[in-house]
Amino acid sequence: MKVRNAFVKGYGVAIPRYRIKDEAIAKNWGSSRGPIEEKAVAGLDEDSTTIAIEASRNALRRAGIDGEKIEVVFFGSESKVYAVKPTATIIAEAIGATPQVSAADFEFACKAGTEAMKCCTAYVSSELADYALAVGADTAQGRPGDELEYTAASGGAAYIFSREPENAIASVDEMYSFTTDTPDFWRRPEQKYPMHGFRFTGEPAYFKHVTMAAIEIMNSMGASPKDFNHVVFHQPNVKFPQNVAEDLGFTKEQIGYGLLSGRIGNTYSGATPVGLANILDHAKPGEKILAVSFGSGAGSDAIAFTVMDGVEKKRDLAPSVESYIARKVYIDYATYLRFRGKIDMGD
Amino acid sequence: MEISRNWRLRYQRYKLEGTKCMDCGNVSFPPRRVCPKCGSENYATKALMPTGEVYSYTLVTSPPEYFESQAPYPVAMVKLDDGPLVSTQLTDVNYDAIRIGMRVEMVTRKLRAYGKNGLIIYGYKFRPEEAKDGN
Ligand SMILES: [Zn+2]
Repeated sequence: MKVRNAFVKGYGVAIPRYRIKDEAIAKNWGSSRGPIEEKAVAGLDEDSTTIAIEASRNALRRAGIDGEKIEVVFFGSESKVYAVKPTATIIAEAIGATPQVSAADFEFACKAGTEAMKCCTAYVSSELADYALAVGADTAQGRPGDELEYTAASGGAAYIFSREPENAIASVDEMYSFTTDTPDFWRRPEQKYPMHGFRFTGEPAYFKHVTMAAIEIMNSMGASPKDFNHVVFHQPNVKFPQNVAEDLGFTKEQIGYGLLSGRIGNTYSGATPVGLANILDHAKPGEKILAVSFGSGAGSDAIAFTVMDGVEKKRDLAPSVESYIARKVYIDYATYLRFRGKIDMGD
Repeated sequence: MEISRNWRLRYQRYKLEGTKCMDCGNVSFPPRRVCPKCGSENYATKALMPTGEVYSYTLVTSPPEYFESQAPYPVAMVKLDDGPLVSTQLTDVNYDAIRIGMRVEMVTRKLRAYGKNGLIIYGYKFRPEEAKDGN
């Protein structure tokens, strides 16, 4: 679907400073290594709410507006801190957007963040709001010993949309979603760790949805892979996005900036938005970007952007993705267990 | 009542909201209805600049109730760039790396949770201004 009059005015990320090497997790379970190098781990006082607030403040800095201008706050996550009580209200209050603001939390496994971005785009494009904030952030958990433990990571990104092209970072050009009922991954209420239907995780889930969303948005635009300078796919590991890129005909260069899972892990609702932020940290005006998320359950959002002149003076107004990745502190497996609440403190 | 007390404090906790005396210009945090400097009751609320430097610090090893899970943790008096001294936890820093005069920035973090069923309280902490230059 073609999008008119919607622009990215600000973006920002937050990635916790702690890292654990896959090697340190693997050693604990008697194997040699995991599917990525290392992943970002939230500290004792961090959660999806604090990551979302930090990313939102960075997005506001780049947008150059006060929080009170924000009229919509949509938060996408699968690690909300309350089962009932919105995180979006905490974010809205922290940035000063309350009380004249529409706010809600979205859940769609790893694609809740891009769904929030789509809805914010719709709000500004349809003139229902001047400024809309979408945030995707997670502090995802894998059961100790489960394969997800190697990749489930913490981080997030925030995007501010508006109708004004002045000083915009990018235009939103096209959106497409591909969604089916597929039981590849789920978590019941009150359960700490998710379950996955192993036969569904690869082909019928990730690959089918990401591929269909990418093909359909390109069809709708009359475009092909060579028309994009950069592409980011959801990244539950490093292999899946590499394979889907190759199958679709994208090069290693095109996925270069967007693919961060090897160094920070899978930040779930944050994954595609953080990869997109790293592209914006590096892209030149006029370049075309394709972002394709994936959320289990299952669906993919594809969004196409064109980078605009504003990117060059806006990007230095908040910390880059690389600066967040660089300020890392390694922790061992015992510290990781404590940080992630996997030790029974008797409370 | 804890819930309503925490709720009333949310502006200062989330946004470092203080007061500025409209007569002498003195900035107060926490907010003050009467200027401690000139006694004026003519004030405006103001979100303070989220930056400052470490004025003094120490390590808390015997924490109060609901803070146990984060101990040991450093606390500090931070001199805000807007003037007031604020008592705060430091985060994202090893105790050995803290120095008097160290530049710090405000972040919103989990202050405490009232057990597994209770509210989670968020508020300011300060961390080294490190994200900017990436070291
Ligand atoms: Zn005064």
